[in-house]
Amino acid sequence: MNPLVLWFHKLGSPPTFYRLAGRLLPWCYGLALVLGAVALYGGLVLAPSDYQQGDAFRIIFIHVPCAWMSLFVYAFMAVNGFIALVWRIKLSETLAMAAAPVGAAFTFVCLVTGSLWGKPMWGTWWTWDARLTSELVLLFLYLGVIGLHQAIEDRRQAARAAAFLALVGIVNLPIVHFSVTWWNTLHQGSTVRLFGPSLIDARMLWPLLTMALATKFWFAGSLLSRARVDLLELEGGKDWVRQVALAADAAPAPPPEASA
Amino acid sequence: MVTGMSIPDPIDAPPLLEARGLTFLRNEEPIFGPLDFALRPGEVVLMEGDNGAGKTTLLKVLSGLLEPGAGEVRLRGEPLTLARLSHQVALLGHLLGLKLELSALENLRFAIGLGGLRAGITPHQALKSVGLEGYEDVAVRQLSAGQKKRVALARLLLVPAALWLLDEPYANLDREGIELVNRLLELHARRGGAALITSHGAYAYTSGTPRRIRLRAPGQPAQELAA
Amino acid sequence: MSYGSTAGACRALLARDLRLVWRRRGDALNPALFAIMVVALFPFALGPEPQVLQRIAAGTVLVALLLAGLLSLDALFRSDLEDGSLEQLVLSPHPLALLLACKIAVHWLTTALPLLVCAPLLGELLNLPPALRPVLLASLGLSTPLLSLIGAVCVALTVGMRRSGMLLALLVLPLYVPVLIFAAGACNAAQNGLAFTAPLLWLGAGLALSLVLAPLACAAALKISLT
Repeated sequence: MNPLVLWFHKLGSPPTFYRLAGRLLPWCYGLALVLGAVALYGGLVLAPSDYQQGDAFRIIFIHVPCAWMSLFVYAFMAVNGFIALVWRIKLSETLAMAAAPVGAAFTFVCLVTGSLWGKPMWGTWWTWDARLTSELVLLFLYLGVIGLHQAIEDRRQAARAAAFLALVGIVNLPIVHFSVTWWNTLHQGSTVRLFGPSLIDARMLWPLLTMALATKFWFAGSLLSRARVDLLELEGGKDWVRQVALAADAAPAPPPEASA
Repeated sequence: MVTGMSIPDPIDAPPLLEARGLTFLRNEEPIFGPLDFALRPGEVVLMEGDNGAGKTTLLKVLSGLLEPGAGEVRLRGEPLTLARLSHQVALLGHLLGLKLELSALENLRFAIGLGGLRAGITPHQALKSVGLEGYEDVAVRQLSAGQKKRVALARLLLVPAALWLLDEPYANLDREGIELVNRLLELHARRGGAALITSHGAYAYTSGTPRRIRLRAPGQPAQELAA
Repeated sequence: MSYGSTAGACRALLARDLRLVWRRRGDALNPALFAIMVVALFPFALGPEPQVLQRIAAGTVLVALLLAGLLSLDALFRSDLEDGSLEQLVLSPHPLALLLACKIAVHWLTTALPLLVCAPLLGELLNLPPALRPVLLASLGLSTPLLSLIGAVCVALTVGMRRSGMLLALLVLPLYVPVLIFAAGACNAAQNGLAFTAPLLWLGAGLALSLVLAPLACAAALKISLT
């Protein structure tokens, strides 16, 4: 069999994933912190003041990457949910469910930072325009997925039901993204474009993009550590989990690689 | 697609129901160990096991309601999917599937609308043969547990199905009722159907020598008992 | 031997469910009473000044009907689940999505239709301008089936959970928000003398899409949560 396919297949096995995730974790968090620090330095210190908003605009370096992540994580959750429903792959179920709280957190931070930004800029903590409303709906969708997942006893059935709900709610994603073009909104339109020039100064753009990368690594780290814990819980009775637990007991330092 | 019920299948036809290496997992724990057996037309198999051994779960897996954790179920040689059931399987579960606010007759008419009607019998005749003549228009809510069971048995008489999966068919019935169930099973077997019934010990099927399979703890294959 | 056709099965299911609602027709008025009470609360909360009430009339009626519908969603599958009829539906040879569509249709007819009849009365309680009444009824006529369809998918995911009321509300409300926005958008536009057909057309498009997709999603969700 093709070695790449074989490796992919092995990756789906919980003990292999557990080990691999454990090795990647510190790198993910480390990169997230380093990139985040660089981005914040670039954004808070190096970037010039906005000609209109003065220094208040600097919250953009938290707000926008969190907004991007709130959508990205939902898409990640939906894709894994789809794989879990169609091919019943256990790892996809775990990844989808582990992503939900992280996505919800990003959405929450986006809404809060947006609110803090809105007060000086628009004079109000909140307005019911299309972008904000659809982002709030996104938060409720996340909470619904998490709630449904908690409410069902059988863990695998819970993951499948919550994944199904996530897929039903995916219609909200294009609504959030295009809300600023489809409706008249108080929220500004898109300034950072994937194709074509962005309407933002280069000295503000690079910290923004660096922070976006940092949040991606943060997401990866958070996801991997949650997924590891979820897998231990899911596979509770199995041998490899027992070995991990024994290894953790034996060595007070971080456990050596499990031989399972 | 059901073959003629009064003609037994040729010997080399695939068995009506076959389970290969069948297990079911709940929260990653196996409920019953790997199961292998086959059911041919005309056979009645009694599945024994203590309470909690997984008999009801097994019936649900065999009917297609639950997906097996490992192994497979085959119906006439084809892998079992809900889409393929088509008039072949009748499941009588612990919950009888009767609407309490409707009368016995209304319940039976609905079942016929959903699953079809066997030739040569009407709902009235079916109710008469299960001993409920005169109770046709009584709301099921007002019937006793045994009478409710008899309405469900009448449904078995009316709706055509080659394979009967009956969960504790003798529960709630008096001696007459037990004999009724046995008569129905005999009739079904004679017509070329097959049945798998579960019981938690004191079974009462007295006709012929049914095969008995005992479900044991997970990990231990089921034990086929000598007749 | 006759095997019921799918159309016959749908007819049997429609007849059965309508008959069941008729047997419990006292309960069928509960959503309407709830909606009336909700609407009546607003003049108490906001003061009886006609101008104020007129401003909020259409939106309040929409919300009251939405909440009344939400409360009645649980009844869609609960009784069938509790007596085992839902299992029989899943096992029947007919496409589950079609059978569920019939159930949802009966549910809408028996819970939303009385509400629709009440809507003019509710409007009167809040001083709704008479010219707005047709637009309100049109948006209700388009949005209530949508709410029933979307709600059915979410109920299918939580079927069988005890005390699922709060969770169901959490699941369903984010999906209801776009429907409410369009329905209220039509009413608000009409109230301000602007063109109101666009939101109604959007609702119509959403309804057309849901009529096809929601029963399929509901069947898939039911299969997930019944295993």
